[in-house]
Parts: sequence; C-alpha cells; structure tokens
Amino acid sequence: MAFSINEHCVNCWACLPLCPSAAISANLDGRARFAIDLRKCTECDGAHAEPQCAAICPIEGAILDAAGAALNPPGSLTGIPPHRLAEAMAEIQAR
Amino acid sequence: MELKVLDQGPSAAKAPSVKEPSAGGGCGQSACGSSADAMAHLPPHIRDKVRNHPCYSEQAHHYYARMHVAVAPACNIQCHYCNRKYDCANESRPGVVSELLTPDQAVRKVLAVAATIPQMSVLGIAGPGDPLANPERTFETFRQLTEKAPDIKLCVSTNGLALPEQVDALCRHNIDHVTITINCVDPDIGAQIHPWVFWKNRRVRGVKGAKILIEQQQKGLEMLVARGVLVKVNSVMIPGVNDAHLAEVSKVVKAKGAFLHNVMPLIAEAEHGTFYGVMGQRGPRAEELAALQDACAGDMNMMRHCRQCRADAVGLLGQDRGAEFTLDRIAEMDIDPEAAMATRARVHAQIEAHRQDKAAEAAAAHPLDDLPAGLRPVLMAVATKGQGVVNQHFGHAREFLVYEASPRGVRFMGHRKADPYCGGDDTCGDGESALDITLRALAGCEAVLCAKVGIAPWERLEAAGIMPNGEHAMEPIEDAVAQVYREMHAAGALDNNPDWMTA
Repeated sequence: MAFSINEHCVNCWACLPLCPSAAISANLDGRARFAIDLRKCTECDGAHAEPQCAAICPIEGAILDAAGAALNPPGSLTGIPPHRLAEAMAEIQAR
Repeated sequence: MELKVLDQGPSAAKAPSVKEPSAGGGCGQSACGSSADAMAHLPPHIRDKVRNHPCYSEQAHHYYARMHVAVAPACNIQCHYCNRKYDCANESRPGVVSELLTPDQAVRKVLAVAATIPQMSVLGIAGPGDPLANPERTFETFRQLTEKAPDIKLCVSTNGLALPEQVDALCRHNIDHVTITINCVDPDIGAQIHPWVFWKNRRVRGVKGAKILIEQQQKGLEMLVARGVLVKVNSVMIPGVNDAHLAEVSKVVKAKGAFLHNVMPLIAEAEHGTFYGVMGQRGPRAEELAALQDACAGDMNMMRHCRQCRADAVGLLGQDRGAEFTLDRIAEMDIDPEAAMATRARVHAQIEAHRQDKAAEAAAAHPLDDLPAGLRPVLMAVATKGQGVVNQHFGHAREFLVYEASPRGVRFMGHRKADPYCGGDDTCGDGESALDITLRALAGCEAVLCAKVGIAPWERLEAAGIMPNGEHAMEPIEDAVAQVYREMHAAGALDNNPDWMTA
C-alpha cells in the first residue's frame, strides 16, 4: 500500500512538508523529481482524511495509487476538459 | 570597481547628473497612477517608503531596478490564468521561471545583481508559486539579505491564503511592502477564477474554496494595514468574469487601507496551457483596461505601469536581464557586497538629486493650458530605455509607454508590449512579423516618439495613421509629448477625429 510520483512532477516542493510519514524526498539539485519511499508511505491512513501529497499536488496524473491509477485524473485540477486540451494542442502543432 | 549602469549607453549612464530643461520623468505633474502628485496626500513616511520602489511609484520605475528570486515553487491555490508547469525561457508573464533557486543561491544572485546594477533598490519574492506557501525558503532568503544588503527593500507578492498566519513573520523580517492578488470579493465570481484552494489539509473546491480565499485575503489586508505595512492590491481583469466587479473590489480594499490598486490585463494564450488560454477566454483590449482603471481611479490610487514580470525578472521594469545572472555566470563573479552597497548609495543619491531638479521644474510648468479647452485628447506612444526621456530606437523597443495629451496636460496611461509574450520556439506565435505585432499594439495612438526610426517602419506607421517622430530624442517625455500635441493643433490635426475613431 503506497503511492508513487511519476515523471510529470514539476518539483514544486508542495507535497514534501505535508507528508505525515516523511516518505517524500527530493534530489537537492532541484532537477531530479520528487519520490515517495514505498516502505514509509501509509497513504495517510489514520492521519488525514485526504492523502496529503495528492490533495495539494497541482499536476494532474503526477501521483499514482498502488494500482498505478492517477489520484488526480486529467481535467480534475485545472478544469480543462481533456478533449478540449487535446484539440488545443493539435491546433498549436498544426501551425 | 567599474560602474556598470543599466543599458550601459553613455547617455543613459550620465543622465542622472544631466540638467534637463523642464518637466519629465514619466508622469511628472499630471494625474497618473502613483506619480509624485498623486502621492502628495500621503504622509511623508509613506512617501519615503515608496520613493525608490519601481513597483509602487510610477516615477521611480524610470530610474530604479528590481529583481525577483524564484525560491518559492509551491502553491496553495489554483488560478485559471496560471499553469503550474512553470519552466519556460521564452515567456514573460507571472509564474514563469527558468531555474529554481535555494535561499543560498538566491542570496548570491541578489548580491551579484545589486553589485552589477547599482540602480537596484528592491528584491521581491513572487513565486513561481506563492512565497507564503514556502515560508522557510522565503524567510531564510530575507534573513540573509537583511544581514548582507540592508539597503535593499524586501517585498512579497502573495495570493493571501496563508497571509494571516504569516503577518507576524513578515513584520519580523522588516517586509514593509506586500502585494496581495485580489481578483474578487464575491465567492461566486471567485469560483470562476480559482477552482480550488488547499486549506487545513484538504483540497477545497468551488465557491467554498473561493470564500475561504477571500476571507483570508481581507483578513490579511486588515492585519497588515494595522501594523503599518504598505499594501498594494493586484487584480487580474478578466472580461466577462470580474471586469464589472473590480470597481467594487477597488472600493473595498481602499476602505480597508490598501495604498495602491493595480488592475492588470489577463494574459491568456492557448500555448500557455492555462484554463483561460485553452478555453479561449480573451484578455481585455487596451482601451477596456484604461476605462476600468479610470473608473476605479475615483476611489483609489491606481497603478498603470505594471509590467507583469516573471517570477525571476531582473532589471528596470519592462526589461529582463535574467540571462546575465544564471547560476553558472554568478559563480564566476567576484563580488564585494560592502563596496557594492556604497556604490548603490552614491548612484541612488545621484538619481534623487536629478529627480529633485526635475520636480522643481515640473512644479512651474503647465505645458498645454493655453490651448482651447475643448481640443480632443490624443494618445502617443513613446520609446524609452528609462530616465524619463525619449531615448530608444523604434526598432529596439520591446514596449512603448502610452501618454495622453490634452489641454489639461500630459498623463501616463500605461504601456503596450511590442513583442509577443511568448516569442520562443516555432510552436509559439502565428507567423506575424514583429512590425505587425507592434502596429497592432499601438492601435489608438496617433504618434510614436522615439530616438530614431527606419524608413520601412516609418512608411508602415504612416499608413496605419501613426505619425512617427524622431525629433525629440533625449528630451523629457512629457515635454516632447506636449510639443507634438501643440504641433498637431497648429497643423489642424485636432479638428477631426482620426480614422480609427470613425471607422
């Protein structure tokens, strides 16, 4: 039972001080992304109503549950419908 | 040490000691945002506080430089005009940076910049997240700077959510300028701008989240004012969302003691990947922004010279010299902080002497009140590198200052960007030439005053109904604008409305 952070992480530091299990670490050169220690992560069970890293993370799809599913799926944080984002990106690419 | 001056041209370097023939210095005597005159009603200790702060004083921004250090990446809210994937070298807008710094790196960078650009007076922390959502990094930076460069003013720009709990810490670190971004005082409007806030260990969405944000902002504003901290309020003008509501915001924050209100235009392009950009929300046109600023001005001291800087901007407003101060480059610089501080004191004293001369001259000048009172006002664009004079080549200008001339005088209206916000790789922009973009930016102006202008742009400007004018190089801006207005009147150009008004 543990979460993980993937390559979408932008290194914003928001999650690190919130983790009740001190499971999150950063590479201090500021470039490599943040990571969750699988042995320490409790998914905030018993500590908070919402898992803290996922509750503050601003990037959709950056934090995954044990099954690999995004805790903040596309569109859930920015409010941009995924199909609209795809259309906009296609328009920009076509220019 | 060798004294390097902003823009480094011999004329720019000498300007503070040059006697100018009469008024100038941007706003001078007219009724713009935070000019000396608009600040005349303030107590002296407050005027002293903003005198050399380019973000609080319209006059100061012609002379003094500022910088932001990007030590605060975390944020506690989401705004629909922001994309949290903030790393871009080519964009100039808030919330974007090229590299994040640790407090130690930031302090080294500030000392390097302040030694290289002695006009520097202010260090701000503005992100790329929220400074108060990163209190350890923010306050450690301030603590070291208070020790190593005590002459530099420190300020923060915050969304206000964590403000009440950090007010005491701000006061302990001698922060006497705080900017709060307040886009609304109505949670229903807030929910259309801020989709969520992180509050007491939960992500709170919609109207409920917006209500918490608004309460915290207002409480923080009151607490700061009670402690004598100068507060500027920034608002992003979003047509159809909060444009009709911002006059109310202006009233409320003024009643609570905010010192200055800065209404800024929404920046939204699909390329930025923001909610508003992708969803096609438009920003306000220059005339819509000016009309709202005028409407709020009855209630509140308005700021019109904001450049919506990056969270790692360096230099005079409108200028970004960040690329000269990357970590690699500052590592090679040999800095003597004490000598640099002495140099800053000398340069700032020169600037103040120069400004006093100008102010005395401006007090005596009423440049246009002999003209018939009914003459229509005219907008003119000015290319300047600073010092309050017309001193930039048309083709080099990345922005123009816009002034309005009328028999009531000359007043500063704001700036227009000449280059696109996003001028980077080939996914940016849509193939318009730089000149096309400049011509579009100057819409509504009838003249453009610059040090020089080439033949090709001259012809395009004329064809667009904008008279190029290179005859006032190195003259104070207000004098030059007044002179051109006088010439237009003499030539009968003020008898008819220009094409763009009747079209």
